Amino acid sequence: MVAIIDYGVGNLFSLRCSLEKIGAQVVVTGDAAEIERADRVILPGVGAFRDARTKLRNTGLDTLVCKLAQQGKPILGICLGMQMLFEKSYEFGEYDGLGLLKGSVKPLEGVIPADYKIPQIGWNALQIERNSDLFRYIKNGDYVYFVHSYYATDCADSLIASCDYGAPITAAVQKDNVYGCQFHPEKSGNVGLKILRAFCFEEEKA
Amino acid sequence: MITKRIIPCLDVRNGRVVKGVNFEGLSDVSSPVALAQYYSDCGADELVFYDITASAEGRKLFSDILTETAGKVFIPLTVGGGINTLDDFDRVLKCGADKVSVNSGAIRNPQLIEDAAKRYGSQCVVLSADVKRVDGVFRVFAKGGRENTCMEAIEWIRSGVERGAGEIVLNSIDTDGVKQGFDLEMLQKVCEVVQVPIIASGGAGCIADFITLFQTLPQVDAGLAASIFHFGEVAISDLKREMARRGIPTRL
Repeated sequence: MVAIIDYGVGNLFSLRCSLEKIGAQVVVTGDAAEIERADRVILPGVGAFRDARTKLRNTGLDTLVCKLAQQGKPILGICLGMQMLFEKSYEFGEYDGLGLLKGSVKPLEGVIPADYKIPQIGWNALQIERNSDLFRYIKNGDYVYFVHSYYATDCADSLIASCDYGAPITAAVQKDNVYGCQFHPEKSGNVGLKILRAFCFEEEKA
Repeated sequence: MITKRIIPCLDVRNGRVVKGVNFEGLSDVSSPVALAQYYSDCGADELVFYDITASAEGRKLFSDILTETAGKVFIPLTVGGGINTLDDFDRVLKCGADKVSVNSGAIRNPQLIEDAAKRYGSQCVVLSADVKRVDGVFRVFAKGGRENTCMEAIEWIRSGVERGAGEIVLNSIDTDGVKQGFDLEMLQKVCEVVQVPIIASGGAGCIADFITLFQTLPQVDAGLAASIFHFGEVAISDLKREMARRGIPTRL
């Protein structure tokens, strides 16, 4: 069972459908007991960091996510959900993240050349930096869909893929059982579905 | 490298695609769900569903097909047509749309852009503008291009971005349907004033028109078309292969 954490941020319809498409058992829930029962947990998120962080804290689910991560349960943060896994964000201020991964979230502005548009919207190629079981069904250079204005940095120990947006930008991270994608796998066609499959299922043994 | 996007637009009335021909392997060409799936398989980078329904029953059908499509096609989906209020945003986003495009609704009430951007984020709000030259000035037209608002188009688009639109669809009424290429002059003017992604619409007649668009105006992010895809005049897979061959960043 995969639990998509519903804490009142964003639209989880496509994400649920994409997981059902790959044959995963899905529950979309904000209920702590239900999340705890799941084998895997997805932390989604769109919008502003502060709002999402506040909502997650108000539901008390932030401590639950940290607890589950420490227990070794596979956790996947998507987009803003990934950004919240880090220690800090500098989006309109300075805010604490969950601190499950080392690093912080900073604006793309100033890091990429001035003629690059913000947000980055569109399909960009994954540059695989380190082997990860998340990538076992895809290859270097496969395209995924991004929509973001902030990015994770100072995260060398978890970086597994970047993309080239005038500068190398963090695209995916992993530290043990904690995974994150800056891009939207549920909007990245077959490549995205393969990444979700790799997260949701154990590797098939030959 | 971020790629240039190719976006087919499907006009939907009473739950059916308005125009189209038969493609090999696609039996029901007027089924929006089947056509969306087909385009996605052919390499479309994104889809636009445009609701041209007027009736409440048609609206309900549109919501149903949107939900069904979003459950089967896993690429970004933009919805436009009849978006006048935040409730309209809510309705289509709940059905699985990723972005919502506003046009006449934003002309009547520009605050809609701001309110929607605040609630859903700029990445969700697409400002679509139908623009036509009148006595040498670019003017915004409302109601599907039928009504001259007398607003100056470049300023309207600039202010729309300021209010929070995260993307622009620029549809040139002058080149629309003519099939002699995109309106490069008009697009250039918009590129000069906004920093958000720009989607060119109106005028594509063949593969070369897209190549010219992206080579002449590298600031343009995407090309949108309807009939040339639906009538099979341009196959998306051929178009993208040719773009890649010409050195245009393309997702294959």
